Amino acid sequence: MTLDVSPLKDAAYRPSDLISADIDAYLTAHQNKSLLRFITCGSVDDGKSTLIGRLLYDSKMIFEDQLAQLEADSKRVGTQGSNIDFALLVDGLAAEREQGITIDVAYRFFSTDRRKFIVADTPGHEQYTRNMVTGASTADLAVILIDARKGVLTQTRRHSFLVNLMGIRHVVLAVNKMDLVGYDQARFDAIVADYAAFADRLGMSDVVAIPISGVAGDNIAAASSNTPWYSGPTLMEHLETVEVDADRLQTQPFRMPVQWVNRPDLDFRGFAGLIAAGSVRPGDAIRVEPSGRTSTIARIVTQGGDLDIAVAGQSVTLTLADEVDCSRGDVIAGAISPPQVADQFETTVVWMADEPLLSGRSYWLKIGAQRVAAQVTEIKHRIHPDSLEHLAARELALNEIAVANLSLDRPIAFDPYTDIPDTGGFILIDRMTNATVGAGMIRFALRRSQNLHWQALDVSKASRASDLGQKPAVIWLTGLSGAGKSTIANLVEKRLRAEGKHTYLLDGDNVRHGLNRDLGFTDADRVENIRRVAEVAKLMLDAGLIVLTAFISPFRSERRVARDLLGHGEFFEVYVDTPLAEAERRDVKGLYAKARAGMLKNFTGIDSPYEAPEHPEIVVDTASMNAEAAAEMIVERLRLGGYLRADPSFDAGGGV
Amino acid sequence: MPSLTHLQRLEAESLHILREVVAEAERPVMLYSIGKDSAVMLHLAAKAFYPAPPPFPLLHVDTTWKFLDMYAMREASAARYGFELLVHKNPEAVARNINPFDHGSAMHTDLWKTEGLKQALDLYGFDAAFGGARRDEEKSRAKERIFSFRSAQHRWDPKQQRPELWKLYNARKNPGESMRVFPISNWTELDVWQYIHLENIPIVPLYYAAPRPVVERDGMLIMVDDDRMPLRPGETPQMRSVRFRTLGCYPLTGAVESAADTLPAIIQEMLLTTTSERQGRAIDHDQAASMEKKKQEGYF
Repeated sequence: MTLDVSPLKDAAYRPSDLISADIDAYLTAHQNKSLLRFITCGSVDDGKSTLIGRLLYDSKMIFEDQLAQLEADSKRVGTQGSNIDFALLVDGLAAEREQGITIDVAYRFFSTDRRKFIVADTPGHEQYTRNMVTGASTADLAVILIDARKGVLTQTRRHSFLVNLMGIRHVVLAVNKMDLVGYDQARFDAIVADYAAFADRLGMSDVVAIPISGVAGDNIAAASSNTPWYSGPTLMEHLETVEVDADRLQTQPFRMPVQWVNRPDLDFRGFAGLIAAGSVRPGDAIRVEPSGRTSTIARIVTQGGDLDIAVAGQSVTLTLADEVDCSRGDVIAGAISPPQVADQFETTVVWMADEPLLSGRSYWLKIGAQRVAAQVTEIKHRIHPDSLEHLAARELALNEIAVANLSLDRPIAFDPYTDIPDTGGFILIDRMTNATVGAGMIRFALRRSQNLHWQALDVSKASRASDLGQKPAVIWLTGLSGAGKSTIANLVEKRLRAEGKHTYLLDGDNVRHGLNRDLGFTDADRVENIRRVAEVAKLMLDAGLIVLTAFISPFRSERRVARDLLGHGEFFEVYVDTPLAEAERRDVKGLYAKARAGMLKNFTGIDSPYEAPEHPEIVVDTASMNAEAAAEMIVERLRLGGYLRADPSFDAGGGV
Repeated sequence: MPSLTHLQRLEAESLHILREVVAEAERPVMLYSIGKDSAVMLHLAAKAFYPAPPPFPLLHVDTTWKFLDMYAMREASAARYGFELLVHKNPEAVARNINPFDHGSAMHTDLWKTEGLKQALDLYGFDAAFGGARRDEEKSRAKERIFSFRSAQHRWDPKQQRPELWKLYNARKNPGESMRVFPISNWTELDVWQYIHLENIPIVPLYYAAPRPVVERDGMLIMVDDDRMPLRPGETPQMRSVRFRTLGCYPLTGAVESAADTLPAIIQEMLLTTTSERQGRAIDHDQAASMEKKKQEGYF
């Protein structure tokens, strides 16, 4: 069956008779349409663009000027001879491709008499994971395209894995180009059987297979006479009737992340948000998580008047019967089945940035309306998207997927992603560039975070420090190898000791001989090296000591982790500023020579970067100051800050 | 329990976006073009923060060449929804009396709108600006993010745009950087009209057909809205029943002959019509892929 351009042109816009006969009736009918979002997976070779173009065309979303353009383009650059090339409706932005947009999801819109549709179209072979995961995150359904001539391919498995990973419940296996295999039922059945085996392995339950032809239009909007052996729905019928996620989520327990506290005057305090799951009525008992405070819903406020009920998918403003603490990021939840609260999770992470994910580095994590600091504490395994194999990994590169444990700086309310996507899905944000670098899904809370509590000890840091006649602090020296960090740290420690102060010096080389002997000099290992040092420094600080650390600590992120880990006013970043040329000239340990000769890899300043501090507490310019003077300056700074005597605000009697 | 309609879900998404920006940005502003999409945005803003008034001002980057009816609507809408209204006119364009007749549509748009917008954002220090662009307007907008990041020089760098998953928008930025946010990205032209109808949102009367003085020029029907428009030899304004499908500067906006003088009649005409919305805008005809270029330069 071939298409002729001219009859199609007449058919290009066949509006429903109701539009001309009774526009009011038409509008009333169309106000009650539902919304389905779906994603199409496949390459141009599978006829994906043609299929989307066909859906737009069959639902009459193509205007005459666009059609005229399409006809002209089809003749000029199309792949269908003198026939219309539907792919050109959605492809062909050559300029965009040249711009090198790497994260690409195009959203297309069409509607029928029953539903409005938003299609996430994710082109590109190279960045398929990042693009598909983004497009799939908002989809209720996925159309996985297969070329009937080729059957189930590696990319089919890859697409299915990602669709399943993102929790899409409804899958259409669109076996395309049936016209090119003579509408052969045996071929269709064989492909479906082959796919079913893989779908079972993934645990996908709702898969509907439909034999189609995007070019010829078989079983897309109308049932095809070419496939009398197929009695299932057409693609459009299925899209019009499949359950949308928002409806399913209405039956889950109530959850609403609070986006904004609405406080126009002293008499009104409302909590605005989009309901992630369940439904809510005035009088319902609720809990505010993670604090666990309870109250009842007073009103559901909207501009059009108060509501008796609100459901998943609606944006509302709630007021509570009691004055309870509740702010942006908190989750208002049904009191009967509230979400869990934890600060450590097993998650699935998809990495989306060129810079690799490093275990131990601190990222911002956004979930719902909440932003917290997060570290990957362990990459358990990477998952190969084609074979589903588990692979060992210490870092994650762009487009890689892993099961990883995450630790947050404070507890959050959450649900497993598969139960409620909007309280279980998160993004990771780079703390320096602010770019979105990853996405993830919470699987479950680690039991140790539920059961392991910080042991509250009777003897406190303040009491220990007071006994020692000092205030604890960490003096964190950072700078290039050979800058003079250890020399200065050593002098500072001797001076403090001479004044009877209690100190400890953590030196880079010494720590690497013991605690960190298992670590090398890759970026991932450097991050872990500093994380351990920061934790050890914290324990020593807790013991009341003045701690000196002398590490290159080249990355701002990790120094920030150390700063965040310690209390306010306890962290002094000292930038030992020696130009690279000068450090290399001194080359006390002969390391620069080795690095230049290529005998030492990942050497800071040579083939690994050093990120200078932006706002250090103290700068030591070694060009204008010798080590003695630098040590003197640091000690004086401590004296001025009151660190060299017992904290007068601490009542020593309150300790033991 | 009730299923939400597509308009309810689009509305909920837009309110969510508006609230995220207000929660995260330091100084948000809503760009007001006075057209139907802007009318919907204003209405959504009033809903998102009710009972509080919208917690940001409206900014109209004026070209001095809008239809008179639009200026009237601008004042009325700001008052109706309780917005503070800011109007910015590029002083350089004022001084040079830039107009589409003497300087062409490209320079007119660049100086009044593109430059004017950058000036206004810098002048007030806005770090987030809502715009009424939709993804269905043309191919190049299909990939636009809802939160679109701009450098301190207002440049749009395609490589720096962030993936948007679920309902999680990353609004973090460094000092000097700003974002444009499009709360009605996922609405289509029909959605906008249906919503205006359903919610009784006031729109500029120019959308309704009425007898208006027009001349036919370069294949477009141009309304002679004031006496600044120089007529070419042989041009005499004629009264015709016309309306506008999009609104901009009157010398650059083509009218269509129409008898549709009610909202349902407009929607009916839109559904039965056979050409897409942007055809009436001279700005798109000037250069191929011109929207893409303008976006990089800082225009929406």
